[in-house]
Amino acid sequence: MSTFLGMPVTAPRGVGHLRGDQSFPDAAREALGNAQLRRNLRHATTTIRGKSGRVIAELPDWQELRDAGSAIKADAMARLPELLEQLETRVAEAGGVVHWAADANEANAIVTDLVRRTGSDRVIKVKSMATQEIGLNEALEAAGITPVETDLAELIVQLGDDKPSHILVPAIHRNRSEIREIFLRAMPGVDPALTDDPPVLAAAARRYLRETFLSTKVAVSGANFAIADTGTLGVVESEGNGRMCLTLPDTLITVMGIEKVLPTWQDLEVFLQLLPRASTGERMNPYTTMWTGVTPGDGPQNFHLVLLDNGRSAVLSDPAGRSALHCIRCSACLNVCPVYERTGGHSYGSVYPGPIGAVLSPQLTGVADNASLPYASSLCGACFDACPVKIDIPSMLVHLRNKVPHGRAERAAMAAAAYTMDRPKLYASAQRAAKLARILGRRGRGLPPPLSGWTAGRDLPEFPKQTFRDWWAQREQP
Amino acid sequence: MRIAFFATCLADTLFPEAAKATVRLLERLGHEVVFPPQQTCCGQMHINTGYQKEALPLIKRYAKTFDPYDVIVVPSGSCAGSIRHQHAMVASAHGEPGPAARSESVAARTYELSELLIDVLQVEDVGAYYPHRVTYHPTCHSLRMTRVGDKPLRLLRQVRGIDLVELPAAEQCCGFGGTFAIKNAETSTAMLADKMTSIVSTGADVCTAGDTSCLMHIGGGLSRLRAGVRTVHLAEILASTEYS
Repeated sequence: MSTFLGMPVTAPRGVGHLRGDQSFPDAAREALGNAQLRRNLRHATTTIRGKSGRVIAELPDWQELRDAGSAIKADAMARLPELLEQLETRVAEAGGVVHWAADANEANAIVTDLVRRTGSDRVIKVKSMATQEIGLNEALEAAGITPVETDLAELIVQLGDDKPSHILVPAIHRNRSEIREIFLRAMPGVDPALTDDPPVLAAAARRYLRETFLSTKVAVSGANFAIADTGTLGVVESEGNGRMCLTLPDTLITVMGIEKVLPTWQDLEVFLQLLPRASTGERMNPYTTMWTGVTPGDGPQNFHLVLLDNGRSAVLSDPAGRSALHCIRCSACLNVCPVYERTGGHSYGSVYPGPIGAVLSPQLTGVADNASLPYASSLCGACFDACPVKIDIPSMLVHLRNKVPHGRAERAAMAAAAYTMDRPKLYASAQRAAKLARILGRRGRGLPPPLSGWTAGRDLPEFPKQTFRDWWAQREQP
Repeated sequence: MRIAFFATCLADTLFPEAAKATVRLLERLGHEVVFPPQQTCCGQMHINTGYQKEALPLIKRYAKTFDPYDVIVVPSGSCAGSIRHQHAMVASAHGEPGPAARSESVAARTYELSELLIDVLQVEDVGAYYPHRVTYHPTCHSLRMTRVGDKPLRLLRQVRGIDLVELPAAEQCCGFGGTFAIKNAETSTAMLADKMTSIVSTGADVCTAGDTSCLMHIGGGLSRLRAGVRTVHLAEILASTEYS
């Protein structure tokens, strides 16, 4: 393999799920019209917000924990190459095999090849954002291998031939009656008398998954953390399905973004407090699974770690954008975002929706490929306050907007506005002329596009008879 | 005290009553207000829409215009936030360390109205009288950028005759967001719909806030719905007395 020491490249096109088919405003328009979706999202995000807010309020040192989380991540990113090499050494010493994947295509090829060599035509999967990002399921299916999602919500999404719409709760856009319909339609061997009672739905999934767990020899997972100085990988989850995948099969393949590495075991103390409280609103997540390479006679006897770049080095190269890599995928920013709450995750086009998606996806793909995402925010700042590792998402959105290629008409209008505003006399006459806008119809209802976006739902204020500037000048006259 | 007044482009052009009220209020409290005529706009619209290069002259203009003054007041949490958190950052990102330093110095002397009253002038009861049922919307930038906290509410609580009612889900964004209101008009309007529902549920006849921009958006929606609720800037309430 050749080594090119130039600018790091962004995630390739044509593979994975970082780019949508539509711009954000177009996709959002459809979602906003779906009353069921709006109700599901409002209910779910309000519930999680309340739960999370209560358990965070219990910790007197929450702000200090956020500072610590932010500092540990900044340190890890500053010496990422060193930490990754240390991780590779430790994992190999413990009997694991480390693979380096520059992008989604390489990662998919590595995993597909590893599964093929086991002779298995089926893999069980732990919920993982990295494998969703690279489109691993599609790659496996193309190679004749069946991936089975074992996280309940991911299973709902997979059986519904759907896409995840939330980082933590991928089926947040579905309610229980929709889930019942999906199970009846697509779950092998489901009881036709299935009701939409949540315990009944969970039991149906458990029955189906249990058989799969016991008969599948290969598992694919992501990772929440990797510890460089011990070579330990970690997955936190709520259901125990992850634990099954990570312990029962002969072969475990973990695909992990390179930014997940932490320097030391002690660093977990901070993140295992931050993550559950910020994400599910739990004091502690029910299942925390840690493994270091291979333990003879216990758990998977073959362990492979695939370290995924897929644009991350490019993100790291931008000082004003790199802290997007600090994200621990808790989804607190989604749950507090007034835009996400109304548009849902699919509108963002990428597997990373919400505020963090609006800064991460355009950086992974290059801003031109996700040009509408940095604008998918009112810059209200709720995400920054909620982020357990203090990623300043609003400032990063503003930074990315400055890199977006702008349309010619907008560029001309903005340049003209700036020109006028830098010349007080011209500005004052423009203010007076603005009153002429009244001829465009009462309260601006005849404004042309794109300004008609305003008047579609809002009146313009009545233009005052006199600007403040003119009032002041008149008052100052003796 | 001699206070320089930055009216903001929006209040100057479209909402002069909010700007006049700020002047009336400060003069009533015994202070001298000056309006440097070279001022125009803080440039936030350009910065937040992705036109930092175009915003640069406006950033420098603000710093140059207000540098001679010790205390500057802005009747907007959003413009104050941009001046404090964006001006120096944009100037230094564009290789202008000198202007960046000046921006930082002027920003440190720039106060949002409720901050000026409570932190600098140390007054909570401004002697206002406003006999209406009022609900207060804390705008996002005043809350999470400028961090005015409950200062506007502390001022409102001292107003005589006022019937101040709490706004449900007050800290949720109204959906304005500058050019967001146009670029993502549908999402913006959906957020506005929920904000209006909250406002109407209070039974208030006036919705107030510290930013004319958010009020223009909320007021535009309420007007379209003929909801019978007015939007009034915080300064106008604080400037009102039994005699005016």
